[in-house]
Amino acid sequence: MTQYGPLNRNLGSGTRTKAVRSDMKWHELTRAGNIYEPGNANSYETGDWRSIRPVWNKERCINCLFCWRYCPDASVIAKDGKFEAFDYKHCKGCGICAKVCPVNAIDMVSEDEIEKVKEANKDEN
Amino acid sequence: MKTKVALTGNEAVAQAMKQINPDVVAAYPITPQTEIVQIFSSFVANGEVDTEFVAVESEHSAMSAAIGAAAGGARAMTATSSQGLALMFEVVYIAASMRLPIVFPVVNRALSGPINIHCDHSDAMGLRDSGVIQIFSENAQEAYDNMIQAVRIAEHPDVRLPVMVNMDGFITSHAMDVLEVLDDETVKNFVGTYVPDDYLLDAQNPISMGNFDMYDFYFEHKRQQVEAMKAAKEIIKEVGREFAKISGREYGLIEAYKLDDADVAVVVLNSAAGTAKGVADELRTKGIKAGVLKPRVYRPFPQEEIREALKAVKAVAVMDRAETFSTCGGPMFADIRNTLYDLKNDIKVVNYIYGLGGRDLRLEHVQQVFEDLENIRKTGRVDETVKYLGLRE
Repeated sequence: MTQYGPLNRNLGSGTRTKAVRSDMKWHELTRAGNIYEPGNANSYETGDWRSIRPVWNKERCINCLFCWRYCPDASVIAKDGKFEAFDYKHCKGCGICAKVCPVNAIDMVSEDEIEKVKEANKDEN
Repeated sequence: MKTKVALTGNEAVAQAMKQINPDVVAAYPITPQTEIVQIFSSFVANGEVDTEFVAVESEHSAMSAAIGAAAGGARAMTATSSQGLALMFEVVYIAASMRLPIVFPVVNRALSGPINIHCDHSDAMGLRDSGVIQIFSENAQEAYDNMIQAVRIAEHPDVRLPVMVNMDGFITSHAMDVLEVLDDETVKNFVGTYVPDDYLLDAQNPISMGNFDMYDFYFEHKRQQVEAMKAAKEIIKEVGREFAKISGREYGLIEAYKLDDADVAVVVLNSAAGTAKGVADELRTKGIKAGVLKPRVYRPFPQEEIREALKAVKAVAVMDRAETFSTCGGPMFADIRNTLYDLKNDIKVVNYIYGLGGRDLRLEHVQQVFEDLENIRKTGRVDETVKYLGLRE
């Protein structure tokens, strides 16, 4: 029954694992859930918490990057001083980017609407 | 070197803390614990310890500061009683789940209301499911010894849990007792230097502690805590054996007093165990085979040891100095009856609630309990499962 020996009782110091996977058993996880890898929030996708999503309007955007500066979750990706994309795997849809945008280049769209459009496109194909 | 001294329980605990010389003590005064911190802070002021003393504004902050210090890699302590422990409640769970080896004496006192400052165990029982190790002390000697052992238990790599060291308010904390204290060097060597394996101030190995844990990991981390508690049972015995080498006093999970041939037994925590042992001695001269079981450790619960100690007894009375208001008896009663159930020995187990709010437990009360047990043994009949001792009714 015991798949973990007494040596494994010191959970944490013996299992300073960096890659935490959701299928790990209790005795494989780090003690008390201590995290030994900096910046690993990136591997925990929180985008599915979102009910509304920011949608970028390329024509209106003046690349002031207010959205990039204000995003509380580093979910605005910028490249060479210009807006690149939203990180939808982590964006929780708070809408701050849309609020601070001086030229209304970000629309907040219901995820339900996006789903409906996706479904409709699927039907057409 | 051992020295015989006369100290109150509070003085003995403060003395133990001085010899342990922790890195951080964060505490707030509350009767009947106040003296521990007051005496200890004089050690700090006089330069007799290297401890950073944090005079916090509440017990919630006291445990929070101890958590912060322990997470930072320090050997941290606090101390409290009653309402203070109640205010500490939420953070005690956090200390346990973060696996921080914080040692804290609790001087047992009734919970309000009605407001009361005297002894019962409702404060400690409120935190029996928090994940901390709970050790109980019959007298000042045991409180002193338990404090020193608690450091080693808490900090053991297989355990890493907070340890609450209990003693009875006023009865033990304020009464002068004769005890043997160890010399500073012996205690220093016994507790050793705390070497944390995970701590926030370790710049070479940055970690994040106390993280958010959802439905996908929380359950597994709780299971880890159970494993630490299981491990603690062995470690407590190991540390107890090692402590015997420096003190001549060995400690296990329970104390079985005259149980080998006992027909009837009382199970009781803390100072009342002394009263019960005295009564058992007296009854033995009258031919009644009376014994006493004193759980020294209440969490983790020493189920196997208790089952072994009580397996041949015919009738058992569990004495609880706390109510659960379940209408089915006190907290320890449920644990003991559960423990004996699998034996299928038809051991009669009854419950006595006693001493709430500091009501004295007198010799004649315990005599009455043993008499009741003798009747149950002879007739095989239990009229009332849960009774109140010393209550006007």
